[in-house]
Amino acid sequence: MKSCLVVDDSKVIRKVARHILEGLSFEVREAADGREALDACLDSPPDVVLLDWNMPVMSGMDFLRALRETAIPDKPKVVFCTTENGIAYIRAAIEAGADEYVMKPFDRETLQSKLQIVGMA
Amino acid sequence: MTLRPMPAAAPRVGATGIIAALLEQRTGQQLAPNRSWRLDATLKPLLRERGLADFDELVGALLGARDPSLADAVVEALLNQETSFFRDAGVLEQVVEAAAAMPNEGGRLRIWSAGCSTGQEPLSLAMLFAERGGDMPDIQATDVSNGALVRARAGRYSQFEVQRGLPIRRLMQWFDPVGEDWVAKSDLVDRIRYRRLNLASDPVLPGRFDIILCRNVLLYFNAGMRAKVLDALSCALRPGGLLVLGAGETVIGQTDRLEPSRDWRGFYAIAEPARRTA
Repeated sequence: MKSCLVVDDSKVIRKVARHILEGLSFEVREAADGREALDACLDSPPDVVLLDWNMPVMSGMDFLRALRETAIPDKPKVVFCTTENGIAYIRAAIEAGADEYVMKPFDRETLQSKLQIVGMA
Repeated sequence: MTLRPMPAAAPRVGATGIIAALLEQRTGQQLAPNRSWRLDATLKPLLRERGLADFDELVGALLGARDPSLADAVVEALLNQETSFFRDAGVLEQVVEAAAAMPNEGGRLRIWSAGCSTGQEPLSLAMLFAERGGDMPDIQATDVSNGALVRARAGRYSQFEVQRGLPIRRLMQWFDPVGEDWVAKSDLVDRIRYRRLNLASDPVLPGRFDIILCRNVLLYFNAGMRAKVLDALSCALRPGGLLVLGAGETVIGQTDRLEPSRDWRGFYAIAEPARRTA
């Protein structure tokens, strides 16, 4: 079973994402900001991280940069999932090492498609 | 409008049966009884728009032929335009590989996307060929729906549509944001020639094609129409050419003019004459 860490400061988004991901047979964990997510990855790296951009404590972009610098051997795939839909944001995310990018709002098919693209579904 | 009698096999009567018959008469496509829910889902907006109370009133208006555009609108609404970028991506990658392996006899390869809907399939192919480099094949794309072709030619897709199957790097490379939508760069759209074609009643495109894709189209036809369309497509293939069908579709038991390709798994080629029964 693949594992996914859902990182979003919105409880509602985490709940929606969990519902979709569990329907796709993922084991789901949650984090409310980048700091929590980094701790979770260092403790037990998931296969894929679904990552919001704007969060308190540590943003998604800061998390991504920090994750890429860690010594975790099998780094998780990172799929940004954000309302920041401008080209500049997408380009910045790709340059920082994001594997895919979901523009909110999203539905089950969108999420499944993006997970397939990164080889996770 | 003149409606021919319902096919004997069709069990439905009344308004829904007449509407299904109209679709089949115009496009060859059947509305299977277990997909009757599509009538509600797709025709309710049209009923509202035309001030019609229900399907009985719609059929009355169709038979009265007061508005010739009504039948066109009903058929357009009922056509399934389900598609996505890089649908069954492995198949499209194999198409590009097969094209690269075909002998270059001096001319451009010719590819036909039959039943291209709103254009995601030919655009996906164009992206793959452009990224591979070399000569761009002549890509022609047809569909029975005028509405779908208008959208395909515009190359404009919603955020939901571009997120189905299209990797973000390709979105950035080949599309520009326009308002809430994304528009394929003209450099990509211009590589495709779109044309309206009804597979059930129109002659095939002129000339012979190296590869024809007709994916998830035949499933809407009855057995007789499937055989007729497959025979027509086989005539449009050049010797050594390949036909690509949808995952659940096959030529086996439908026609003896085509057989599974020996070189490309899942694709079909013109059958050796000795294997034909007719």
